[in-house]
Amino acid sequence: MSGYADPGFDTLALHAGASPDPATGARAVPIHLTTSFVFESSEHAQSLFNLERAGHVYSRISNPTNAVLEQRVAALEGGIGAITTASGQAALHLCIATLMGAGSHIVASTALYGGSQNLLHYTLRRFGIDTTFVPPGDIDAWRAAVQPNTKLFFGETVGNPGLDVLDIPTVAALAHEHGVPLLVDSTLTSPWLMQPLALGADLVYHSATKFLSGHGTVIGGIVVDGGSFDWASAFARSGKFSELAAPYEGFHNMNFSEESTVGAFLLRARREGLRDFGACMSPHSAWLILQGVETLGLRMERHMRNTEKVVQFLASQSFVGRVGHPLLESHPSYGLAQKLLPRGAGSVFSFDLKGNREQGKKFIETLKIFSHLANVGDCRSLVIHPASTTHFRMTDEALAGAGITQGTIRLSIGLEDADDLIDDLKRALKAAEKAGAQ
Amino acid sequence: MNYSVNGAQAYCYTGGKAFDAAKPTVVFIHGVLNDHSVWILQSRYLAHHGWNVLAVDLPGHCRSGGEAPSTVEEAADFIGTLLDAAGVANAALVGHSWGSLIALEAASRLQERIHHLVLVGTAFPMKVSPLLLETSISDPMKALEMINVFSRSTLAAPPSALGPGTWVFGAGMALGRRVLDSNTEVNVFHRGFKACNDYGNGLQAMAAVRCPVLFVLGAQDQMTQEKAAKPLIDAARASDKSVTVVSLPVGHHQMNETPDATLFAIRDFLTTE
Repeated sequence: MSGYADPGFDTLALHAGASPDPATGARAVPIHLTTSFVFESSEHAQSLFNLERAGHVYSRISNPTNAVLEQRVAALEGGIGAITTASGQAALHLCIATLMGAGSHIVASTALYGGSQNLLHYTLRRFGIDTTFVPPGDIDAWRAAVQPNTKLFFGETVGNPGLDVLDIPTVAALAHEHGVPLLVDSTLTSPWLMQPLALGADLVYHSATKFLSGHGTVIGGIVVDGGSFDWASAFARSGKFSELAAPYEGFHNMNFSEESTVGAFLLRARREGLRDFGACMSPHSAWLILQGVETLGLRMERHMRNTEKVVQFLASQSFVGRVGHPLLESHPSYGLAQKLLPRGAGSVFSFDLKGNREQGKKFIETLKIFSHLANVGDCRSLVIHPASTTHFRMTDEALAGAGITQGTIRLSIGLEDADDLIDDLKRALKAAEKAGAQ
Repeated sequence: MNYSVNGAQAYCYTGGKAFDAAKPTVVFIHGVLNDHSVWILQSRYLAHHGWNVLAVDLPGHCRSGGEAPSTVEEAADFIGTLLDAAGVANAALVGHSWGSLIALEAASRLQERIHHLVLVGTAFPMKVSPLLLETSISDPMKALEMINVFSRSTLAAPPSALGPGTWVFGAGMALGRRVLDSNTEVNVFHRGFKACNDYGNGLQAMAAVRCPVLFVLGAQDQMTQEKAAKPLIDAARASDKSVTVVSLPVGHHQMNETPDATLFAIRDFLTTE
């Protein structure tokens, strides 16, 4: 089917969650820069606070502009709804804080963004939440890491920056066998490359700062619930997830699973997580991210086309060692990427120079089109040295687990002309090689 | 809240309030591949505004045990037995889609025990296309997608069951999957559709109903088209009942795509004599 009732990806990217503004006729989504919303009456106010009626009260909890972004990304991911957050890290924290407290345990992939690794390895341990890290492709390790208090499996669709593809169907099945959900960070793939919920994941989040926004202008995050995990049954079997399946004194003794058979997570995450932790997204940020989402399909197609050309170029260079992209048969995730990511495994990847640290520095400093900065998923091409920046707090062992060496360079391929990108890389490689000869 | 009905557990959501015998009672009855949670907003509101609410999971659906009803008549019997089990002398019945036929049949059987009848997204006869009936067996996921496509009327629903940010289409898909998975013995999708398709007592039942009737219809409803409710509306009017018809700019997801308008229509009707 097709048409308004059953639209495709690009139509949803433009229309989901939004219609012309009934008050003004504005076609683009208005930015509702207001902290709060007037109640029609005292009775209306009470009904909104008590979840008897749906609507906006205060922009920390919800906002009409944010709600458009939430519906839109939920639609693109095949979820039941979403919650926007201040950043991708806030999204990850919201997921974890909604599902567990002190004494809980997470099994997570070693191939994580450095910030996520920090949160799990250091910060959450301070709050009594422990994590066991396992190589994403080692299914036996995932199984062996499960403890009686395990509440969550967590990984990235493709690891940053090694692009280890997470075998979501297998890891999700294992998680469900142990009565826990699978949460995935889908930042690097975006829903255009992969829809993790359809593959078996239960919760998905994005650093919307990256491909969803796509223009390097705004920080934001978003969590999407697939509505697939049965919190009530898991609670009945194991006593886990009382947060979602038992009365909660902090919200009128509400049992979120009774309120909503499929939406308990979103109800609590918004009503407790945004209320109490407060890591909400500004409506202005939501609007900026919406501008990016509207062209997500077009941009991702170009990102992938450029990436393919750059990967082929780098793989042919004698001064380049490993090129870590699953487009190449040499990549450990080549087969899995063919199966799970038929449109491509992303445009953020790493490669190793056959040189020392100084040559790496020369390479980065010679680039003119690639910008040296700590971000990915921009429309402009970017470059960074992970071991000394994004992942610098990690031990050598943890770095190795994430596929990073001291000579690793990470690229985020943008939307420029591919020939110009290749020319930029060619000049930088030559300069770096020459620096080694001096 | 759980009751024992016909030897099985029957779950009813009470809207976050304890049952109070001094208050009037309204029973919400869901449609095919739904459960109590499709009524979350309307039922929670009424529970906090003077009503006892029993939003039931029909037998064999989600939290309720027992055999999933094969016919509208079986389901109507269940509603009567549920009222007895809950100690409810009389009640209002509100049903959506298949649930509207169950409410109608139950109201006709329970006579004066039912003081208001609300039929949301209703039709009679409620014929289901042979293709959809067959697909509900051969490829339930495809059929589930078909009914959710037919049910929606907008890509931009207002804040809904899960609050702002609810994607109603996805929520409908997820709930359908959950309800289907909740019964490993019976395909409740096909059984419910067949019950709708086979029900032939609508006009007689309407003639026998003793209370005012409200029709809440979706002007863009492709599952139960607005015009398909006319035989029941005519039958209700012909038997001198108080009849109210509310047409909303919505498809078959009345409770989630127009939550307030659906609530207000029900609330206002329930306060009429």
